[in-house]
Amino acid sequence: MLSIENLHIEVSGKKILNGVNLNIRKGEMSVMFGQNGSGKTSLVMAIMGFPEYRITEGKIILNGKVINDLSIDERARLGIGILFQRPPTVRGVKMRQMVELASKTSQRKFDMGKMAEKLNMKEFLDRDLNLGFSGGEMKRSELLQLAAQSPELLLLDEPESGVDLENIALIGDVINKLLSKEKSALIITHTGHILDYVNAGKGCVLENKKIQCVGSPHDILMRIRKYGYKGCLSCHRKEPEKVREESNKKNVK
Amino acid sequence: MSNKKLGINDFVRDTEEHPYEKDLSKISPVDKKSMIETGVDVSEKGRAGTFIQLDHSVVHAASLQKGLEVMNISDALKKYDWLKDYWWKAVAKDSDEFTVLADKESRNGYFIRALPGIKASYPIQSCLFLKKQDLLQNVHNLIIAEEGSELNIITGCTTASYVKKGAHIGISEFFIKKNATVKFTMIHNWAEEVMVRPRSKAIVEEGGTFLSNYVCLKPVHSLQMYPTAVLVGEGAVARFNSILYAHSGSHIDVGSRVILSKPNTKAEIIARAVTSGGTIVSRGHLKGEAPFIKAHLECRGLILSSDRVILAIPELEGKGKDLEMSHEAAVGKIAKEEIEYLMTRGLSSEEAQAVIVRGFMDTTILGLPQELQKNIDDLVKSCQEEAM
Repeated sequence: MLSIENLHIEVSGKKILNGVNLNIRKGEMSVMFGQNGSGKTSLVMAIMGFPEYRITEGKIILNGKVINDLSIDERARLGIGILFQRPPTVRGVKMRQMVELASKTSQRKFDMGKMAEKLNMKEFLDRDLNLGFSGGEMKRSELLQLAAQSPELLLLDEPESGVDLENIALIGDVINKLLSKEKSALIITHTGHILDYVNAGKGCVLENKKIQCVGSPHDILMRIRKYGYKGCLSCHRKEPEKVREESNKKNVK
Repeated sequence: MSNKKLGINDFVRDTEEHPYEKDLSKISPVDKKSMIETGVDVSEKGRAGTFIQLDHSVVHAASLQKGLEVMNISDALKKYDWLKDYWWKAVAKDSDEFTVLADKESRNGYFIRALPGIKASYPIQSCLFLKKQDLLQNVHNLIIAEEGSELNIITGCTTASYVKKGAHIGISEFFIKKNATVKFTMIHNWAEEVMVRPRSKAIVEEGGTFLSNYVCLKPVHSLQMYPTAVLVGEGAVARFNSILYAHSGSHIDVGSRVILSKPNTKAEIIARAVTSGGTIVSRGHLKGEAPFIKAHLECRGLILSSDRVILAIPELEGKGKDLEMSHEAAVGKIAKEEIEYLMTRGLSSEEAQAVIVRGFMDTTILGLPQELQKNIDDLVKSCQEEAM
């Protein structure tokens, strides 16, 4: 579905990513960990095509096609969708209108009322987009738009940040529903809380401008919780099973 | 488009009279179309009365609800001697050359009145229509909402499709008595060489409410007005909303002023100004003269063309203590992050900008009936397509 080869990204002349390689297969949900400021958001912004995230080297390939030079909307129409961590406020543009516009992109029938009800967003449909929304409301608004847009590849940037526990479960449930067998996702997280609610099959860590390790997301999260991100830099020397054993021993003690 | 300065002597004053038309269905389809764009529907569906003036001739004036009066002001002045107590009592006749000219030779206008306690079940519609090229239309309107009454007025000012040049002077005096409400929505659809000088003032008594909506989205040569509400009774409220769009060559200088002269009065002024080629001066003046008043002014401007100007001039004038007055003003271009955000949902850059501009001119702030809201939304869409 998505293949990233030796990707180098600059923002305002500053190097942010330095040779990222990443593959997400069709139907795969991949989780990316990394500390604040490690470049996770920059990576998803570059995949989505935001021009200030300038590709200086490498390729982004979607379904076999290099999309480096495509605009944001062209990428959206090819099936990439993004959940923003902090979406901008758009005064006067109502959420209902935005959901309708997003569903036009997918050219599929979309039951706005049903999904808005599921996400507890019915009363927000006639409000200005993101104006005065809480963290959780923003995420639910983003998910409602994404459900209408129905992208093949979902880029979810910190879907759990600013969301209370009850709503994380709801968000996780909706993300799982959005991801049918055919669809893929890249979920960015630095806390890993979302892992309790979504069926992610693969994980990786972004540190020092590169992907540092790839493996089971639950194992990676366990390592991060045990050793911290610093320890994670050397974690590739340890087998996941060994970490699990050590962890079990510690728990027995 | 020409930016030539126009004055009152650049227009003709006289034209032939148009006959009175009792049956509105006989209005020509072309004129009907122009009227409907300003919210004036000759089918009178969902209306409590209609006033139509073509050039200098009142061609229709009738109320459909008992307790509401809709008349030619010239007839009303003959019928009610007491009207002289209202005539030129809100607007000063020597304010400027336009009021002086109106005093000297105004030609008709409307008289709308709700009797005490009468609540209009539907809006009354009025249309001031410029049918003759080069004509200066000069009207004087009087609106009285008697104690405890409620009036909702939609007034559309427009030109025949072939009229490119003309002038409109409109004096409007509002008297809103104790606990009465007037909701007044004015939609202007002029043409490239039309000079427009409305002069309006509302006197709002105790517990009264004046809500004024103004929409100008089509090209105009020059438009200058500064409607004012004076809150003379305790607890009176005034609210002005305006949505302005300046096309290439248009010069729009529009303000709203509220004088809060009694305690516990409230005022709000909200303006949205967009230019794709013209100049907009967006003014606002709140004057607090009594304690425990509350007033807010908000002006937002959007500049779509790199060499255009929006000048926002918000003024707050407070006298004494215990006043709560505030303003916010912002002028700028469309935020890049908003465009890009919409693009992530599959809209092209141009589509995203169109959606944002339409949203910026958010007509829901006007609180209009659904049907009129749709008319105005269509107008916003078409004016934007024209501009882009």
